[in-house]
Order: sequence, then C-alpha cells, then structure tokens
Amino acid sequence: MKATAPSPGATTFAQETASDAALRRFLHGLPGVDQVGAEQRAASLGTRSIKTESKRQAIDLAIRMVDLTTLEGMDTPGKVRALAAKAMRPDPADPSCPSTAAVCVYGDMVGVAREALGVSAGSTAGRVHVAAVATAFPSGRAPLDVKLTDTRDAVEAGADEIDMVIDRGAFLSGRYLQVYEEIVAVREACVRADGSSAHLKVILETGELQTYDNVRRASWLGMLAGGHFIKTSTGKIQPAATLPVILVMLEAVRDFRDTTGQQVGVKPAGGIRTSKDAIKHLVMVNEVVGSDWLDPDWFRFGASTLLNDLLMQRTKMQTGRYSGPDYFTLD
Amino acid sequence: MPFEFEYSPAPEARTVVDIKPSYGLFVNGEFVDGNGRSFKTVSPSTEEVLAEIAEADEADVDAAVKAARRAYTRVWSKMSGAERGKYLFRIARILQERAREFAVLESIDNGKPIKESRDVDVPLAAAHFFYYAGWADKLEYAGLGPAPQPLGVAGQVIPWNFPLLMLAWKIAPALACGNTVVLKPAETTPLTALLFAEVCQQADLPPGVVNIVTGAGETGRAVVGHPDVDKVAFTGSTEVGKAIARTVAGSRKKVTLELGGKGANIVFDDAPVDQAVEGIVNGIFFNQGHVCCAGSRLLVQESVADDVLTRLKRRMSTLRVGDPLDKNTDVGAINSAEQLAKIRELSEIGEADGAGRWSVECELPSTGYWFAPTIFTGVTQAHRIAREEIFGPVLSVITFRTPKEAVEKANNTPFGLSAGVWSDKGSRILWTASQLRAGVVWSNTFNKFDPASPFGGYKESGYGREGGRHGLEAYLR
Repeated sequence: MKATAPSPGATTFAQETASDAALRRFLHGLPGVDQVGAEQRAASLGTRSIKTESKRQAIDLAIRMVDLTTLEGMDTPGKVRALAAKAMRPDPADPSCPSTAAVCVYGDMVGVAREALGVSAGSTAGRVHVAAVATAFPSGRAPLDVKLTDTRDAVEAGADEIDMVIDRGAFLSGRYLQVYEEIVAVREACVRADGSSAHLKVILETGELQTYDNVRRASWLGMLAGGHFIKTSTGKIQPAATLPVILVMLEAVRDFRDTTGQQVGVKPAGGIRTSKDAIKHLVMVNEVVGSDWLDPDWFRFGASTLLNDLLMQRTKMQTGRYSGPDYFTLD
Repeated sequence: MPFEFEYSPAPEARTVVDIKPSYGLFVNGEFVDGNGRSFKTVSPSTEEVLAEIAEADEADVDAAVKAARRAYTRVWSKMSGAERGKYLFRIARILQERAREFAVLESIDNGKPIKESRDVDVPLAAAHFFYYAGWADKLEYAGLGPAPQPLGVAGQVIPWNFPLLMLAWKIAPALACGNTVVLKPAETTPLTALLFAEVCQQADLPPGVVNIVTGAGETGRAVVGHPDVDKVAFTGSTEVGKAIARTVAGSRKKVTLELGGKGANIVFDDAPVDQAVEGIVNGIFFNQGHVCCAGSRLLVQESVADDVLTRLKRRMSTLRVGDPLDKNTDVGAINSAEQLAKIRELSEIGEADGAGRWSVECELPSTGYWFAPTIFTGVTQAHRIAREEIFGPVLSVITFRTPKEAVEKANNTPFGLSAGVWSDKGSRILWTASQLRAGVVWSNTFNKFDPASPFGGYKESGYGREGGRHGLEAYLR
C-alpha cells in the first residue's frame, strides 16, 4: 500500500496513465500551442504598465515568492548560512521587508540551511522553507534508485520542498510512462516517517524541450504524476524561464484545476534578474490564472540576483531615489 | 488573504500634444480659413469639446483641387521618382519622431486605447510611408507596364476608425506614384490629419501636393464629385460607397472602395485553443470592434463550442475597459454618440431575435460613449446580427459541424473582406482559405497588417487593393 494517497490527477486519469500508448494518446491529444500566438500574447502582457501603489505591492509579493538559490559546485556551509540570513532578512535596514519563500540548495546543504534558519521541528508556517534539488540535478542522468536515494536523503535531512528534474532524454524519445512513473516514485520518496510529505516541484527543463507543445505535455505529465509545482528550469540551461513558456505552463495548471479541482503551483527559474521581469510574470499570473495563484504557495521565482534588484526598487519607492549596489548585501 | 492585483492608473501624459482652439483647412501648403463655417470635434471618452474645425464647402474644395492640380502639373508629376521618394522617407521619419504626439492625439480624438495608437496605428502609418517611399523610383518594375504614369489629382475620403493609418494608406501610394491629393478626414476625427498637415510643412513638401479639407458628408461629396478629380479613393461604409460609385459612374474617374465587412473567424476542433481565443478577442475587440475587417462572426465547431465559449468569456472578463490614455486600457470609447446608438440598436435587435446576450461586467465611465464587450450566442444565419455590420465590440457566435458547412456559412454574406481560420492542420487551413471569398484570410492569427500585404474586399466589401505592389495599381495608368 502506498504511504500517501494518490494525487487526484492520478485518480481522474487512471486510464490515461495505464500504459505508454494511452499516455501518449492523451498528451498528444492536448490542444496544440501556436508559437506565434503564444509569444504575441506574452509580449502584449509584457507591456502592462505597473506604477506606484500596485508596483509597491507587487515588489513585496515578489520578494515573498523568491526561492533564494545557490546551486554551485563551490557551495560551502558559509555560503549557505549567508544565503539563509539574507532570506530571513533581505533588507537588514528595514524590518518591514518580508522574507523570501525559501532557500534552494543542494541536498547535502539542507542541514546547514535548517540550522542557519533556526528551524526546529513543527509547522512550516511563517518561516523560510528549505528546498533541495534532487534526482541527480541538473541532468537527471542516474539510475532511478540513485535518484530516489538522493531524494530520501534530502527529505530525511529536513527539506520542506524537493525540486526534481524529469528525464528529458526519456521524454524526448517518447517514453512518457517512464517519466511519469519516475515522478510518481519521487513523490513517494518525499513522504516522511511521520506520513507527511515534502512538497514536490517538477523541473521540466523547458530549454531542452524546445517546443511549446512539449512544454504543455510535460506540464501535464508532471501534474498527472502528482507534482505540487511545475518548474521551468534548472538554471543551468539557456534559455531558462521565458514569458511564453510560463504562459503555456500557467494555461496548463489552469486547465488542470478546471478538470480535476486540484491546484498546482508554477515556478519560473533562471534568467529572471530584474524587478521589471518579475512584475511581468506577476501580471501574467494575474491575467491568465487569476489571483488564486498570486501567493507564495502557488507561484515562486527561482532566482539569486533578482532579490537585490527587488530590494533596490523597494527602497527607491520608499525614498524616491536609487541607492548604489553597495547599499544591498551580497551573499 | 488573497492578493488582489489592482493596477494603479498609468496615464500617458497629455502635455505632449498642443490642441489649438480652432483649425482651418490645409490648402496649397498653408492653413486657410475657408468659408467660415465650422463644426466641433469632441473627445469620445469625455465628451469634452477639443476644437472648432473648419467645414469646407464646394468653393473650398474647389480651391484645394485647383492647388492639387497646380502642384501636380508644375512640380510633382515632373519630379523624379527618387526625389519623390526622399519626401516620403522624410515624412516617415518625422512620423516616427513625433510618434508619441500622434498616438496621444489619436487616442484623445478617436477614443482608442493608447496601447493601440502607440503600438499599431502610428508605427504602421510610418511603415506605409517607408514602404511606398521605396517604390517611388521603381515603378517601372512593378509589373504594371514599362512606363506607368500617375493619374493626376486624387480625391480621398477616409473613416474615423484608424484616422492616421487610413490617411497613410491613401496618401503614401498616391504620392509615391506621382499623384497629388485632396483628402477629407472623418468629421469626428480630424485632428491627426491636421497634425499630419504640419508634418508636410515640416518636410518641405511642395505646396499643394497634399491638401486636407475637413467636413462631413457634404464636403466628401464635393471632393468625390469634383470634375477635376481623376481618382477617387474611399474607405467607409458600404452605403456611402454605393453612393460614391453612383456619383462617379460614367466619368473618367478611377475608383477604389474599401467598405464594410462581416468577417468570419472559423475555429476548428483541432485549433490551438488558447491562441484561438486570443485571436477571437483580437478579432472583434481590437479598436472597440471599429474595424472593417473585424472577425465579427465567430464560426466555431460545435464539438468544441462550449469549451471555446467558456475560455472566451473568462478571457473577456480580463479586458480592461476605460480611459483611452491609460497604458493598461484594452478597450477604449466608442467613437461617437451616433455609433453608440447604432451598436445599441443592433444589440437590442439581436436580443429580440432570440440570441443569448452576454456582456463583460465592468464599470463604464459616466461620461463619454461606452459599450461593454459583448457576445451573442445561439446566433443563426437568419439573425440580423449575423448579417449586418455592427462596427462595435459585439461578436455573434454561430456553430458549424463540418468544414464544408463552415465555408458555406462564412461565405453566406453580402460582404467579403476578411476571414480567419484556426486549426493545427495545415491541409485544412489551405483548403478552407482557398474556399473563402474574402480579400484577406488569416490563419492562426487575426488583424495582422503589413504595408507589403495587399488589402481589399470581395462583393459589397468594395474593390481595388491597398497596400503592397497591388496598391500601386490604383494610382497608376
């Protein structure tokens, strides 16, 4: 017996996920995405002009949505501690500045991050979460048992959220069921000893999937398999998050909720560096899926440099002038 | 506590334009008073009177045609194509330089959102001048004979829906081909044409090459009926178009008419559905539906009709209706009280005929002319709203079962200006497009314009083509 109830997606779509052929028929039966039209829509939403009070609110919301990330081979406990401190108090000079949603680190840094955030057991409410990448991030090229061990280790170390990568090779060669079953297995590996579960973000690596039709199919695959979030990219591949890709993913989570009643979050990651970019994303969320998704529980930014630009704009809106980069902490 | 993302007002500054209290006529390179009669132009979003505009009578039009004839005989027809091209390039560049001014003025006078005047009307108007500037010295290679000649004086009458853009569509090819023009802008939207007159001065265009006479129907009749006009170009309603065709019948005048439409936007069951919904919205709510080639009939395959309509209504409820000068406005004001009355009347007829009316719930400003984006479902070919051009933000939704039925219904109209086809299947798009009797067929997009692409209608949507190489033909012999 499974430790966790199957996701509503899996229940509704039991037939569709029963075999490789059925899954293929389903994914290829989804409405196509017209590239020109999707890019045009994304560009037109990008021309919204967000000023004064709405900009102030959007910046604070964006800060609360940041998964402050460091995913480097050279990451050290010192670096992760600095990141955690920044996540808790992004602007040391201003206590009214909200903290970020999470810090996102490699699995071996989960313990350090928890300690630095002062996390003890119990509720995750109101504190900065610890997200860990797993499943042989970023390439995902490892045997399934290695990926699952990677996941379990991170969960045991206390990760609140797991960011997994899908097997793009399997996806592009049409082995959709393999991708699906792998996500289901990782989701099961997210279950803790007490029966609760770490939240699972499914990274599609849209830069490698290339077409918007693929992005839509991979989004559905991730949702059918029970992902709590679908995420664009690892940040290691260009292009990473682009507005049209986010548009297609938002349409997918909207349609999935219409069909199953289950809401899935979206996380763009990589390449979002300016407040202006972040606000464009929020406008898109607002107009494509509505305010239900305008919450850190349902929309995140995977970013590192974005935070300082948000802080700089935030300070500018309060003081009416720009401060130099030296007035914002490096991490 | 869910976050409600309300966009703060983001108004484009009005200070960039300087509207004078009164305007005269632009004849022979100068602003003149005319006979003294005048009319007012108002801002449709506020009903504020913007300026007094001179109303040209027959004598004024005669003076303008004489100036155009003089300029044609003495200067413009003798000038080399390369030299004419230089003037057109100069005008195009000035339009770009003064783009913001034109965009703001257009939105004030017409009621269209600044987003559209800024991103569509003005850049396209400049693009038309650039495009035809390039043709001016290459007319021998246009495939219209070894030495095509200009016609002479062109009398041009343009509508209020795209005031500057329609001016560009008319003036750019006429001038490139060596003609001179007398142009009458619509009486509700004369301001950008008068600002364009200033651009002609700024570009040192020889006096009389472009003349602008403002006024209403009487003035238009005087332009069209003037015996010394060699060419008549008109964009507007089918009713007026027919009257013009009658007026010029039997004369030597060459005519192009770009008239009404009742475009069908055909959505097949294999369409990219989210982009199709965007295309439907763009097809009918772009420019408040004041578009002759609007996709005012949605023909949707019955098997996906419910899904498409659900998505369409959801999308429509995010349209932002209001202040045309706010950069976030999607749908602006109806151009005039008269047009608003017509839209209301036809909508009421639609309801009385038994179609299901659904409008976006939105707060409309208390002053000005406004109409909420509206769709009618359960419309059949027999309904008046399926046959008559409403020229407003009103969509009639009709279903079909097979591709053949879609084509039959799409063609079953006295008009034939535009159509759209939405499908992921290339062969179906090509087959459908070849069956449609419409001047423009867009596939998986709608309302796309480019100066290089010819535009014009079948049947009661008019004759002649504007834009592209084909557009030269209307101004050469």
